[in-house]
Amino acid sequence: MPGMPDAFALVALLVATLRAATPLLLAGFGELVAERAGVLNLGVEGMMLVGAAAGFIATASTGNPLLGLAVAALAGALMALLFGVLTLTLRANQVACGLALTIFGVGLSALIGLPWQGTPITGLATVIWPNLDAAGPLAQQFMLLDPVVWLALATPALVGAFLYRTRRGLVVRAVGESHDVAHALGYSVLRVRYAAVVFGGAMAGLAGAYLSLVYTPMWTENMVAGRGWIALALVVFSAWKPAWLALGAVLFGLVTIAQFHAGAFGLDVSPHLLSMLPYLATVVVLVLISRDATRLKLNAPAALGKPFGAAG
Amino acid sequence: MRLRLEARPAPSRAMLWLSPLLAALLAAVGGGVVFALLGHDPLVALGTLFLAPLSTLDGLTELGLKATPLLLCAIGIAVGVRANVWNIGAEGQLTMGAIAGGGIALAFGGEGRWWVLPLMLLAGAAGGAAWAAMPALLKTRFNAHEILTTLMLSYVAIQLLGWLVHGPWIDPEGFNFPQTRMFDDDALLPVLVEGSRLNAGFLLALLAVPLAWLLLSRTVTGFRLRTVGQAPEAARYAGFSATGAVWFSLVLSGALAGLAGVLEAAGPVGQLQPVMSPGYGFAAIIVAFMGRLHPFGILGASFLMALLYLGGEQLQVSLQLPIAVIGTIQGMLLFFLLGADVFIDQRLVVVRDARHA
Repeated sequence: MPGMPDAFALVALLVATLRAATPLLLAGFGELVAERAGVLNLGVEGMMLVGAAAGFIATASTGNPLLGLAVAALAGALMALLFGVLTLTLRANQVACGLALTIFGVGLSALIGLPWQGTPITGLATVIWPNLDAAGPLAQQFMLLDPVVWLALATPALVGAFLYRTRRGLVVRAVGESHDVAHALGYSVLRVRYAAVVFGGAMAGLAGAYLSLVYTPMWTENMVAGRGWIALALVVFSAWKPAWLALGAVLFGLVTIAQFHAGAFGLDVSPHLLSMLPYLATVVVLVLISRDATRLKLNAPAALGKPFGAAG
Repeated sequence: MRLRLEARPAPSRAMLWLSPLLAALLAAVGGGVVFALLGHDPLVALGTLFLAPLSTLDGLTELGLKATPLLLCAIGIAVGVRANVWNIGAEGQLTMGAIAGGGIALAFGGEGRWWVLPLMLLAGAAGGAAWAAMPALLKTRFNAHEILTTLMLSYVAIQLLGWLVHGPWIDPEGFNFPQTRMFDDDALLPVLVEGSRLNAGFLLALLAVPLAWLLLSRTVTGFRLRTVGQAPEAARYAGFSATGAVWFSLVLSGALAGLAGVLEAAGPVGQLQPVMSPGYGFAAIIVAFMGRLHPFGILGASFLMALLYLGGEQLQVSLQLPIAVIGTIQGMLLFFLLGADVFIDQRLVVVRDARHA
């Protein structure tokens, strides 16, 4: 069958792209919900790192990666809760607290993960499909994807449906646009924002655990390597719209794996220079999307980053 | 009866300066808890962390050495935050400064020329400034937020250094270790205290403190920066350029971070290695806030942070504690500080619940 190897390579590329996009999808949609509720949490990188470390430790000590994922989500949620207490209850500056969360997460994850460096784990099993053997080699590649990828792929639709098709989603968006109006209508702004922030933290924790449990099944210090910041940039890129965020995450998955496949295209470039690609692409994307200041302003949640002080 | 936060009629000046002290104290307590959890006597560990380094001349000179890059980076970051410009990419600008200055050392060092070292310092500052000028351009021309661009460019700078020391600049006689050759004597900073590593770079960092204070408090430029940061509407009405503030604060902070980088290369490190800084550029963000964005406050805070780094090394040597403990304490320090800062503008009041009639 001529042409078959090409199709096979293309599917392999697509599968690799989806895997690379998974942490960006999870963390990005968590942050999207938080930002749609009006809270800017720059601590995604730190929450992902703590999730990655906590999930790895739980998996390595129990041998159960599903438990590891749950622990990671919980750890991310706890980190977000800390951020919530500071910025929502105490009304501290969101930008500074987000940076603090990342600095704290970098340190904490390095500390708790240290004894586990180099520990081998059994990663997450793939979904068991009844007719795997019967399927062709192309379909098999998709069928061998792990459940977290499937969850990540479902996330855009789930979050999109929640934000635009449910009453609660409407309340989240209302709180993000004008907390005063939402408050006047009788909604508890703080409760909605806490829920959104904690959801964002759990998703970031899950995204981190995907990296340490599945993507590169091991723990190394700082292994998130800026993906949390890229997820933040993607939310800006998407103009806070789920469809664009999904597209952006998949695009960045492609950029991320392009560096590993450069050799296959006959390019002899230093791995250090290729590693710059995702970061440079983030800058380029930010420039392209931000140059239209009016559009950005119209799409951003109007109360983003502003503290709500009805009690004061 | 319950507690409620209430806005103070005016910000509390006492709380403004008490807050960092309180945060340091709480972080020490938090650190003690971490040590206890790791199975060490917290008092012994805290003593090793905070007191042991101060008891010897060697420790004091190392303190000055580590405070140097923190001080330079934090002053730059503080000038930026005053103007509401968030440069969190000092780590990358520091790296570019080391690359630019190191390039001069490798190209011109070894012939005993007097101008090599001054040129290195200039190149280092220029390298850092150029790296920070990119986010300035992207912000002013394309509206791209500097928090993300400065940080992304940091990752790029670190990869660039990695490429140089693994590739074109690798020491040909270095057994393939990813590092450049050692700099020659004419490309190294003169040592201040015989037998220590404390060098002339420390004096440059100290000099930056009064200069930054003069700039911020006694010049029209400083006034414009602060106005743009605190009251953008008023600044626009007065004709102060927000674009100018972005350029000025980013280029200045980039130059200071770049200088810090070349001082590391021409000082304690003496060559280029894949990692030139144990996160000084990020820790400097904490230093800037601890120092209340005020040059003299930052001077004190940089010594506290340097002590944390130095004590961390001592903990590693004498108690075999991982250096990662320091990162955790750094994070706690900033959290406690931001939490305590809440009480500058607000206060806790006891409210008796009004009974419904």
